[in-house]
Amino acid sequence: MPGELCHLGEDRVATETLIACRNVWKIFGARPEQHLAALSDTGGTGMPGHVVAVRDVTLDIARGEMLVVMGLSGSGKSTLVRCLSRLIEVTAGTINIGGADLGAMSETQLIALRRQKMGMVFQSFGLLPNRSVLDNVAFPLEMRGQDRATRHARAREMLDLVSLQGREDYFPRELSGGQQQRVGIARSLAVEPEIWFLDEPFSALDPLIRREMQDEFLRLKGLLGKTIVFITHDFDEALRLADRIAIMKDGAIEQCDTPDRIVMHPATEYVAKFTSAIDRARVIRAGSLAEPGLANSLEGGAVCGQHTIRSLARQLVNDTRDIIPVTNPDGVLLGGMNRQAALDVLLGEGA
Amino acid sequence: MTLPSATRQAPPQPNYTRVALILLTLACGLGLLKSALPSGFVRPPEWLILPFADWINGFFKFLREDLGLLTLTRAFADALQWLLDVTANLLYGKARWPRIGPIPWTVIAISAAAIGYALKGWRLAALCGGTFVWIALMGQWKWAMETLSVIVVATPFSVGLGLALGILAWRSPRFEQVLNPVLNIAQSLPHFAYMIPVVVFIGVGPKAGAIVTIIFSVPPMIRMTLLGMKKVPPEVIESGKMSGATPWQLLRAVRLPTARTELLIGVNQVIMQCLAMVVLASFIGMPGLGQKLLQLLQALKIGLSVEIGLTIVLLAIMLDRASKAWAVRQPEHHAPGSSWVWRHRVLVIWAVLVTVAFGLAQVVPYLHIVQRSQAFSIAGPIDALMDQFIRMIAPVTAWLRWFLIVWVLVPLRDAFLWMPFTAVLTLLAAAGWAVGGVRSALICLGFFGAIAMSGWWDRAMITVYMVCISVILAALIGFPLGIWAARRAARAQRLLLLCDTAQTFPSFIYLIPVIMLFGVNDVAVVAAVVVFAAVPLVRYTIEGLRGVPSELVEAADMSGATARQVLWHVRLPMALPTIMVGLNQSVMFSLFMVIIAAFIGTQDLGQEMQRALSSSDVGKGLVLGFAVAFMGLMVDHLLMQWSAARKKALGL
Ligand SMILES: Nc1ncnc2c1ncn2[C@@H]1O[C@H](COP(=O)(O)OP(=O)(O)O)[C@@H](O)[C@H]1O
Ligand SMILES: [Mg+2]
Repeated sequence: MPGELCHLGEDRVATETLIACRNVWKIFGARPEQHLAALSDTGGTGMPGHVVAVRDVTLDIARGEMLVVMGLSGSGKSTLVRCLSRLIEVTAGTINIGGADLGAMSETQLIALRRQKMGMVFQSFGLLPNRSVLDNVAFPLEMRGQDRATRHARAREMLDLVSLQGREDYFPRELSGGQQQRVGIARSLAVEPEIWFLDEPFSALDPLIRREMQDEFLRLKGLLGKTIVFITHDFDEALRLADRIAIMKDGAIEQCDTPDRIVMHPATEYVAKFTSAIDRARVIRAGSLAEPGLANSLEGGAVCGQHTIRSLARQLVNDTRDIIPVTNPDGVLLGGMNRQAALDVLLGEGA
Repeated sequence: MTLPSATRQAPPQPNYTRVALILLTLACGLGLLKSALPSGFVRPPEWLILPFADWINGFFKFLREDLGLLTLTRAFADALQWLLDVTANLLYGKARWPRIGPIPWTVIAISAAAIGYALKGWRLAALCGGTFVWIALMGQWKWAMETLSVIVVATPFSVGLGLALGILAWRSPRFEQVLNPVLNIAQSLPHFAYMIPVVVFIGVGPKAGAIVTIIFSVPPMIRMTLLGMKKVPPEVIESGKMSGATPWQLLRAVRLPTARTELLIGVNQVIMQCLAMVVLASFIGMPGLGQKLLQLLQALKIGLSVEIGLTIVLLAIMLDRASKAWAVRQPEHHAPGSSWVWRHRVLVIWAVLVTVAFGLAQVVPYLHIVQRSQAFSIAGPIDALMDQFIRMIAPVTAWLRWFLIVWVLVPLRDAFLWMPFTAVLTLLAAAGWAVGGVRSALICLGFFGAIAMSGWWDRAMITVYMVCISVILAALIGFPLGIWAARRAARAQRLLLLCDTAQTFPSFIYLIPVIMLFGVNDVAVVAAVVVFAAVPLVRYTIEGLRGVPSELVEAADMSGATARQVLWHVRLPMALPTIMVGLNQSVMFSLFMVIIAAFIGTQDLGQEMQRALSSSDVGKGLVLGFAVAFMGLMVDHLLMQWSAARKKALGL
């Protein structure tokens, strides 16, 4: 577990932006534009019968990043991600993908973009009931006009990737929920997308299978190195997977930051309440406790800054030093970590 | 004792009873003061009656002559004729291109059995194969194939047309808004109303029969297409879009296949409508089982008509079961490593058997065509049996006939004819107001006002009286039967299956037993309508009662209610909205049946419609048709409005 997490980086902040949202609004109702105007004019309540599903979202997603969008159900997560893939049109604001304005694309350009760069996995799988597993996975390739042999070969490859070999001829209703979602994942990966959207992919599964699918997902993620937008309403899931977490409430993003910063420095009351119940030791990494000022008098074995305090628990308890050195994955010294502070995190403040 | 009062307490609703009561009093007043009323209040006065028929005739003349629609329809009809000829040649050897038929009956029976087996297994295979064996052995091959060839040709046209219109309506909500009322009227127009314009444009004969069949069976396909397209889950569509599907690909590869079940249920309904119509199309010269049945019934040859009736019933059940099996069939994967022959074993066995059958048919002509002289017949024994049976129960039927005519039918008819038309209209307005306020009152007035203005008031009242008496009698039979059946799950299941089967029979079939028992008169008509109309009542009563949530019943049981109390205070109130749907269907069915039964001799709208048919008077025919449709639509509005309000009150 620690080894696996250690190559994921916070140090991606500097890389290029792939998806850029600027002041994106999505309002459902009969006259969304008027509603928006009424909202911004008076700062008041707008018109009745309208729902603001996405409220003034500004967000940058870097290439290769994994962003997890979180929030209670109805907070606008699905709507946001459907705006990003233009499955629905935004009411206001712009979305840029790789420098191109998504809203300005023609139908043909949009289809080309989806055929080449995007993949999406759905909560209730969205499989075609009349097609076999193989044909479901090959579907995006068929839409691109690839011939039967090539697309079936590629689909088989994808099915191997999600460990569904031998099920090619089955039909979706003959598979379990977890298997169906594997098919959904294989289908979304068949075109080798750059951007991968996942809308609560594991929510419909029962806890054991969910856990298994998360592990599988982490494996794929390490293997593929894609830009991922992942929606969940399960905080544990978010912590296991995220580079950054965006927390949504009533359509607006309350905070978008790394998991440990969200836990340690919540931007709003809501975020603080949202995160209060979780085990902080599982989120906070050694790196964020390291203080460069403490680093001068250090010697002995260092710990990797990417490891969570929970994963270092045994070492923290056994170590006798007051200050433990922390390095980044490349072995460069980041600073020293106060062992007592780390133990406080591990055992809770009161201990 | 207090029972779960949730079933009785309604959220506050607008109360319409006061105005309704005032209107009711007014209607009674008009009735009582009849002798003092000016004649313009008793029957629609001359100036009120508009020459709708002339307008329609003018319109059709314009269509035919000025727009040249006649050439168009004749061209279409010729194309259809060509297709009919091909199937006729294949199925029963009519001397037309491609001149390779007739296909031996054994081959067709084997093919039907193979299809049945592939769709659902042995029992359906036996039904499908058995039906054709029966048809062949009874010597009815040609007639049945005449009927079947129309269905074979008409179904694809109807399905295609319905699919196209349904997709259009789904894409354009405005078109849907226009289409909906048109479909409502189309589905309540009696069969004959469709035939008359077709006769004007095409003439009589098989192709006219085919065209009327096509037109008649399109509406359910449109409805099911629309339903299916709307029911495709949004995530499936989104996943299609994210796969980069173009709108056309999305329709062809995602929406239509996902709506498969609904579309195939639509196909099932089209086939059943085709069968119902093609049997009736005998009135416009469509040869086949219907025509034979009509002739035999008119000649009172009971045994032979029972034979034909059985064939029609078998065909109906077979077509219904097979197409439904197709609709619910789910794709299944083959075991890995199975060979081609094993995967296609039904196909292989079929090919082998068909080859053998072709070969044998060359040697043994009996296996190719069963001549009339070689045919079995059970008409003799049936006639003998029936004679005895009828003689045995003659006292009962005679008494029943006498009682019904003297004490029920004649007085009721006189009462309906006696009522001043203003009183009837006020009464309907009162009913409308009670159910849905001023809007419903105006709708009721509008429908029956139009009937008054058509100039067929007396005839319409006779139709109304026949429908009323039939539905009341049907309710007296169907309601208790439904309640009795709903008490046990197994019994309910069996009766529901029976009702389902009975509903697939073409309405014509119901005339055979009643003519057998009562002869040709009003009582026979009423009896046929009663049986026909009781079926949906039984069915929906059972479904309504069995559908009551079990917690409610358990709660009532726990509060110590007796079975009777549970029935009256919990089950029936909860089931009533569903039962009303049944009543609504029952009224529709009886309207259709009364009109069809006109040829046994009634004096209502149906009789006039038959006259219009024989004189190809489109205007008159359509006016009569609309009058019938308006009755149905008014009842539909009243019952559905009431049922919806009731459902809302019950929180269903
Ligand atoms: N097609 C729609 N029409 C109207 N309202 C919608 C539609 N889709 C979503 N909404 C509303 O927008 C809000 C956000 O929904 P959604 O994005 O699905 O939330 P989440 O995915 O976070 O559960 C909800 O209040 C929902 O009712
Ligand atoms: Mg959602």
